Amino acid sequence: MISVLTPTGTLGYGFDPAALARGMRFGPQVIAVDAGSTDPGPAYLGSAEPLCSRRVVKGEIAQLLGAARSVGIPLVIGSAGGSGRGELVDWTVDIVREVARELGFRFRLARIYADIAHERVEQALARDEIEDFEAGFALTREALDDTAAIVAQMGWEPIAEALDAGAEVVVAGRACDDLAIAAYPIAAGADIGLATHMGKILECGAFSAEPFAMDVMMGFLHDDHFVLEPGSPARKASLKSVAAHSLYERENPFLQRGPGGSVDLSGCRFEAEGDRRVKVSGARFLEDPVYRVKLEGAGLKGYRTLCMAGVRCPTMIERLDELLENARRKTVAHFAPDPVTPSFRVYGHDGVMAELEPFRGNGGAHELGLLMDVTAPTQELAHAACHFLSGHLLHVAWPGQVNTSGNLAFPYSPSDIDAGAVYEFTVYHLMKAESPTELFPIHYDDV
Amino acid sequence: MSETRPLAELAAIIRSKNAGPFRLTFDVLFDDEPAFLAVVATGVINPDAMAALFGVERTQVSSIHVLPEGLAIKITLLRPRAQCAPGETDVYGCQQHVPLMTLPVPLEGNYAPPAA
Repeated sequence: MISVLTPTGTLGYGFDPAALARGMRFGPQVIAVDAGSTDPGPAYLGSAEPLCSRRVVKGEIAQLLGAARSVGIPLVIGSAGGSGRGELVDWTVDIVREVARELGFRFRLARIYADIAHERVEQALARDEIEDFEAGFALTREALDDTAAIVAQMGWEPIAEALDAGAEVVVAGRACDDLAIAAYPIAAGADIGLATHMGKILECGAFSAEPFAMDVMMGFLHDDHFVLEPGSPARKASLKSVAAHSLYERENPFLQRGPGGSVDLSGCRFEAEGDRRVKVSGARFLEDPVYRVKLEGAGLKGYRTLCMAGVRCPTMIERLDELLENARRKTVAHFAPDPVTPSFRVYGHDGVMAELEPFRGNGGAHELGLLMDVTAPTQELAHAACHFLSGHLLHVAWPGQVNTSGNLAFPYSPSDIDAGAVYEFTVYHLMKAESPTELFPIHYDDV
Repeated sequence: MSETRPLAELAAIIRSKNAGPFRLTFDVLFDDEPAFLAVVATGVINPDAMAALFGVERTQVSSIHVLPEGLAIKITLLRPRAQCAPGETDVYGCQQHVPLMTLPVPLEGNYAPPAA
């Protein structure tokens, strides 16, 4: 049996120290945690900004490193810093080194990078080794030119190689979430399908338990099944919570695609084992004939300034759509030929669902929340256009207006807030790799 | 005998979430098998109905899966706007589930839902 402790769903989102202590009493062979994904959006990849603060991540690494070193088991961190860019591998390693210095730990550290050079992708494009994953558009050289950074999701292989080489702490760049957790068991000889399925459930921590939370989850991997149990005695794994989690965040509940292959979940069985544990069996790994990795790329689309305001007057609420459209057109015309792109979200109307919103019209709302923003090629231009836009709406007149002294209730001064660089996903494609380790260089350091 | 109930009265969990930056996936999870089977039997969750419910083209409905083992129905739409594309409103896609809550389910035959 191989036991894995996953402390939380995302490094930096917290766990109960008592649940960690209880989990450690099971004698796990590894602590493995995922630190990110694309889910928080392309800005983290494009900007190389960490998803969570250094202060919070350091606090969690101190606890996890303390637990792992106290019993001499490895600590694996995947998708370092959120997007898993090289800068964030280094950022995480810097935190690990600082904690090690402060607590007096010495160990062998592996850094694994997942950054993909544009030239490598161009080469693959030229060889017709790129295909769309779910982006809905083909990858082109022009799109690559617009891309600030590209990472690829590594599989279990580079992490397993580092563990086999004696690494006691592995800080990996972008890694398939499931496989960062599954790498140790697979390296130790576990079935790839079962280990990956267990990794898939563990990677969200105790989100697969009830009550769900960012907290400690244990996985015990046997030859033909695995067993899940939350670290905290206040939670339980149930058939419902585990089965529900198997659906989470993905389209096909029967097939989990990943680097180098897929896991067929159509024959899975879930069985309760007592009150708090669930036994899972039946996952099968299907190896792809060609090893492909998923590329994730983000491109800079400009800079954003935003402005929030409340609208209370019924005479404005009833004609808001028209006023916003006029304000948008006036702003675009004023700054032409420089391109500025205003947008509005009207909370209380369709600010949450936009085109998917089934309720139309302002529906008699007594107040609306208005979020205005402008994206432009420079921050200065975005700021100027956003202030022009909010200033126009503040003083715009219409027939039947009752209050002529101002239309918008701003909660803040200054009312216009520079929100920085705007990124979009420009690459979400599969690329053929020569081998599972080709794209992911490993460096070892003695800390 | 036929009676119409909103899906939220029959399902235990109705949720939405990103499935990657270009997909929006909805899970409808049931506590009890009779309610799950009754909803599945009505056929109200089908591609045309989902397109109409969310006001999108039929081609935007990427897939629907029924999972008897998990007492679950899973619906996936192509995102009308990619995550963080201009004008996009919900980075995690986690507040798009509400139209499903009010989806009317015509219950026929001998399934009697528990009193609300």
